Amino acid sequence: MRLSYPTNIKIIQVPCTGKVDVLYLLKSFQRGADGVYVAGCLEGNCHYLTGNLRARKRVEYIKKILDEIGIGGERLEMYNMSAAQGPRFVEIANEMTERIKKLGPNPIKLAASTKSEEGAQKGKEECFV
Amino acid sequence: MIIGKGKSIKDILAMIENHSKIIVAGCRGCVTVCAAGGEKEVGILSAALSLAREKDGKPITIKEVTLERQCDSEYLESIRSFVDEYEAVVSIACGAGVQFMAEKFRKIPLYPGIDTNFIGVTEAQGVWTERCQACGDCKLHITGGICPISRCAKSLFNGPCGGSAKGKCEINPEVDCGWQLIYDRLKELGKLDQLEIIIPINDWSNSRDGGPRKIIREDLTL
Repeated sequence: MRLSYPTNIKIIQVPCTGKVDVLYLLKSFQRGADGVYVAGCLEGNCHYLTGNLRARKRVEYIKKILDEIGIGGERLEMYNMSAAQGPRFVEIANEMTERIKKLGPNPIKLAASTKSEEGAQKGKEECFV
Repeated sequence: MIIGKGKSIKDILAMIENHSKIIVAGCRGCVTVCAAGGEKEVGILSAALSLAREKDGKPITIKEVTLERQCDSEYLESIRSFVDEYEAVVSIACGAGVQFMAEKFRKIPLYPGIDTNFIGVTEAQGVWTERCQACGDCKLHITGGICPISRCAKSLFNGPCGGSAKGKCEINPEVDCGWQLIYDRLKELGKLDQLEIIIPINDWSNSRDGGPRKIIREDLTL
């Protein structure tokens, strides 16, 4: 298909989204990711039965924490798609990139740049697949 | 086990507002099992606190430690060598652990990171319910192994009351009537005659009376 998706997305492969620990999500933001999304298999299609359902619950939990601390829960999202849905993968990558662009950089980078005048760092998103 | 629940991160941030170097201390005992204060929760809380502080342009150094137990002196000693290097400790152990740590390390401010709720069980993964109120005078042998103090909303000893309907308590249709549970269990055991035992007024002097309770086992003291 040779579809292209935004270059700012860094893909981190995991055996199943059930492997995505809540700490992975928080640490991504700590390390400067502007947004993170988890791309799991379609609900009902998990090879390990409930891995993607568990991932969704963890994402929801961390969204609440991000809202509470002012980073913003909308910077984190859970999506479901099958390995055969290349166009959908691209659509989501674009959708998430647009959303994060509107939100701007990770607030911790803004705080750091106003202090040290390093300037805004390059936009970065992480995607757990 | 003792069941607790994490305090809101905003509350904890307010507690540590004036500190820039803290310890977040977990406990591998009860609070690990109820997912409120174990090693994992230490990591989550530390990451969240540090993210929030970085966002506000006031970065914080956090040392993450998880003690075997915070309710025993020997395990608390494990942090003595470095505790003075920090400005405060946020303990996510139960109330007993937080207090014992405060007693042992008198010069460092100690903040609770969780609320300690009750003595209970893991009913299902992620679901904990109360079973015991530590009244100090157990009656479970008479009531079929179901505690009327913790399971009955009125803590009645000779129930049920008129608020029991279809096995549920009047306080909430989702709460089982403790005395219905006792009746059902005694019936299963073929011991319904035990319901005729009149349980006398409880000896509350073993409970919240006379200040903090103490147990001394002479055979074990050194």
